[in-house]
Amino acid sequence: MRGNDESMSKGEAGIPVFRVEGVTRVFRTGAVSVQALRGVNLALTEGEMVVLLGASGSGKSTLLNIMGGLDQPTEGRVFFRQQDLTRVSDSKLTAFRRDHVGFVFQFYNLVPSLSARENVALVTEIAREPMTPEEALDRVGLAHRMHHFPAELSGGEQQRVAIARAIAKRPDVLLCDEPTGALDSATGVQVLEALTQVNRDLGTATVLITHNAEIRRIAHRVIVLADGLIKSDEVNATRVAPAEVTW
Amino acid sequence: MRALDRKLLRDLRRVWAQTLAIAAVLSAGIMMLVSMQMTQRTLDGTRQAYYDRSRFGEVFVGASRAPRAIMAEIGAIDGVAQAEGRISFNAVLDIEDMSDPATALVVSLPPDGARLNVPLVRRGRLPNPDQADEVAINEPFGQAHGLEPGSTFRAILNGRQRVLRVTGWLLSPEFIYTIAPGSLMPDDRRYGVVWMGQAAAEAALNMGGAVNDIAVRLSRGGDERAVIAALDDILDPFGGTGAYARDRQISNAFLDGEMQQLTVLSTFLPPVFMIVAAFLVNMVLGRVIKQERTQIGLLKAVGYSTADIAWHYLKLALLIGIIGIALGWGLGIWLGFAMIALYGEFFRFPFILYNFSAAALALSALLASLTVILGGLRAVWGSVSLPPATAMSPPAPPSYSRGLIDRLLDWLGFRQTTMMIFRSIVRWPGRASITLFGVMTSVALLVSTYFMFDAINVLADTMFTSANRQHVTLVLNRGAPQRAVTDALTLPGVRQAEGAYSMPARLIFGHRERLSGVQAQFPGNTLARVIDDDGAVVSMPAEGLVMPQSLAARLGVSVGDIVRVEMLAPPREVLELPVAMLFAQGLGQEAHISAAALFAAMRVAPQVNSINLLIRPEELPALNDAIKDTPAVAGLTNWADVRRQFDATLSENLVTMLTIQTLVGLITAIGVVYNAARIQLSERRHELATLRVLGFSRGEVGFVLVGEMMLLTLVAIPLGWALGYYLASLLVTAMSNDLMQMPFVITRRTYALAAVAVTLGSLGAVLLVRRRLDRVDLVMALKARE
Repeated sequence: MRGNDESMSKGEAGIPVFRVEGVTRVFRTGAVSVQALRGVNLALTEGEMVVLLGASGSGKSTLLNIMGGLDQPTEGRVFFRQQDLTRVSDSKLTAFRRDHVGFVFQFYNLVPSLSARENVALVTEIAREPMTPEEALDRVGLAHRMHHFPAELSGGEQQRVAIARAIAKRPDVLLCDEPTGALDSATGVQVLEALTQVNRDLGTATVLITHNAEIRRIAHRVIVLADGLIKSDEVNATRVAPAEVTW
Repeated sequence: MRALDRKLLRDLRRVWAQTLAIAAVLSAGIMMLVSMQMTQRTLDGTRQAYYDRSRFGEVFVGASRAPRAIMAEIGAIDGVAQAEGRISFNAVLDIEDMSDPATALVVSLPPDGARLNVPLVRRGRLPNPDQADEVAINEPFGQAHGLEPGSTFRAILNGRQRVLRVTGWLLSPEFIYTIAPGSLMPDDRRYGVVWMGQAAAEAALNMGGAVNDIAVRLSRGGDERAVIAALDDILDPFGGTGAYARDRQISNAFLDGEMQQLTVLSTFLPPVFMIVAAFLVNMVLGRVIKQERTQIGLLKAVGYSTADIAWHYLKLALLIGIIGIALGWGLGIWLGFAMIALYGEFFRFPFILYNFSAAALALSALLASLTVILGGLRAVWGSVSLPPATAMSPPAPPSYSRGLIDRLLDWLGFRQTTMMIFRSIVRWPGRASITLFGVMTSVALLVSTYFMFDAINVLADTMFTSANRQHVTLVLNRGAPQRAVTDALTLPGVRQAEGAYSMPARLIFGHRERLSGVQAQFPGNTLARVIDDDGAVVSMPAEGLVMPQSLAARLGVSVGDIVRVEMLAPPREVLELPVAMLFAQGLGQEAHISAAALFAAMRVAPQVNSINLLIRPEELPALNDAIKDTPAVAGLTNWADVRRQFDATLSENLVTMLTIQTLVGLITAIGVVYNAARIQLSERRHELATLRVLGFSRGEVGFVLVGEMMLLTLVAIPLGWALGYYLASLLVTAMSNDLMQMPFVITRRTYALAAVAVTLGSLGAVLLVRRRLDRVDLVMALKARE
């Protein structure tokens, strides 16, 4: 499959979902302080799929966590639509995560005591207009495994359950931190297919962190971070289907 | 210091809060053992020394009137080392600072000084044998009224009014627990002991050359039962009222009751705390080791043996044990001193011989060490025996499966967070059981301590409300015709008067016998009545004895059997009476019979020896004055005062006692819930952080943690009630003796109080852990993989 130019052009012209303005983040532990972000500016539009590349310690996870309301910037501001996410209360951030954001992590973070369906239901029970857990699992091709517990699923399957859980609330933005990092190439491709399919079908803006440069080819846009700064921000002229990516 | 030992100390510092929780549970057990053993041994040793120094009698007997010459015969009984006779009788006292009369036991002192039951002079001096108006009084009574040596008070001695002069204050081993006959608690204002010269006492009671109260000390190896039998034989012609040993001497029997209670508590309670502590050590050490799985693999990889590593972790358990022991010893000795001070003051021991009970210290240390080692061993063994390569790789995720319960829960439509709670309990049944056990123990401990108040309430209610509705009871000097009841109606303020007749008696059936009493029940009486355990009035059949089931069981009689009743006071009849009816009564130990049947069997006209009165309260002072001048009355009981005194004594220490008991009772629940919650938090940090990331609020995530602990608490409460019921029944059996029968009642209020206290305790413990949940750094928690 070739790049989805239609959604791409919509993305460029579309409304910004996120605006990141001059964000810095300094971690202080004792006498040592580490500057993870040094003034990042970024805008993300609806329906866009962005790959965030960078070496370890480049600040990409920190940026993702700030966008997802898991962390606060030291300086600068972050807007989700019209809402300022900086300096708001913990309960506002919780509500923001609950209503607008889907997370996918490298290590899946499924609740081991809940089956696949129940892990998804965990979110649908508190979301505003969720799809059914069955539908979410069907979208990632796991409807037939929904009564299995995490310990009974393969790594790729667990990650797809995590994606189903992230999309079940119909989030405005999907934030994925190294979703294929713990998976082999073939399984990773399945996970990437699930993500691109959700992006295409639901129009969910997606940010995907990876340090695997190959994966950049599936995105609309590729942002490279180095030393807490954006080094490059390019639009992919042509996208490839995940199946064509190997590593 | 070796690197491994340094790691040990740092590990201990890391789990300090949990260490403290375990040490607290452990130290509670040690504290109980040490303090109660110390108190019991100190009191026991002090009492023994006091008895020996004062040459306290070992067998006692009363008689109506025996010639003093008989003392030689008694002294010659095989097994008797020493015997002393005296005169004792009850008297009404008129004390200046008191409007109502006090009563006292008057005892005579031999002219050459007492050789048995020697009183200890605390102040002033003994009365001069040649001065008929000189008396000494017991110290508490003197203190209560400020009757300093030299002051005087009025007394009615055998119907004659006299003015007596106080020469000194005494203490005696006979009256450690000065309790008036028929009372529940000592009342130092209304009941005293008066020592008077022998000549004066003889003159007052017209008993020249006679005795009516004999004490005996046995020779080494003397046969108590044989001496009792011989005494009864010798005194039979002189109105002997039945010899008895120290176990029936009222002061000593009450002391025995207190000691017995200490022994029971120090036997039952510590093991409970030890078991809970062992579980906790197991739980916490298991967790520490699980977290250090890769370190264990590493240690093995560099060449440490399995035994080295096992010993390393066992040392951690032992350190926790040592902290618990130190804490427990310290608290135990402190509590021991406090308890001894309290008891010492209450019993007014003239001296205290402290006994730190080295055995209890050693035993508690041994038990605590065993506890932590046993608790630790299980946790250590499973993990340290893994091969290094396996140990260094992360553990497999816990696996769950769907069962019948899940289908049920699905069907009930619970939220997923609720499902997580149920699954966690089902997945780790061992851990849930420990929590259940700890909470259950707390509930049981609270039920079995709070129930004492129920028992006392029942005693008081029966005594003051349902069984004795009279305001005042007049005790007569001797049996009087029923006309005395109508005479009493002429006393000031009397609205209603009813006669009563009771008699100390020996009940004999086959080879079994009991010292007890017989009470005649007059038809139509509405003030003093016989009440069964359900609160119903027991009506008397026309013929035969009616007795409590417990008394019948001790005698081995059932309805229809003929019991021999030997009256122990004039007219000293011996009657053969059938048992007509048994009834349930936890408290009473006396037999009842209708007045008509009793006096018919005795072939005399009906008599009374006490009179119960309903009065107009405003005329009480006039009544008191009249009684002080009425020779036929030997004493007066004002029930409202008795109740007031009873309530005052009780409420004096109530809040302190309740607080201490509640704190100690809650230790296991708090220790277990806190540790279980901490371990949950540590194991599920990741999972709970995930929930936060998914948009669950702090409260919703906290629910998973708090909900599980509170669910277990709720399940444990009824189990604790059942265990508490059982513990209380053990206590009742252990603490009841011939003189005191503890009622076995547990009210709903007690169950409810225990449940509420434990629920609040558990909630507090888990909320303390929840605060830590709030501080979990979401990003860090998600990164860290176990």
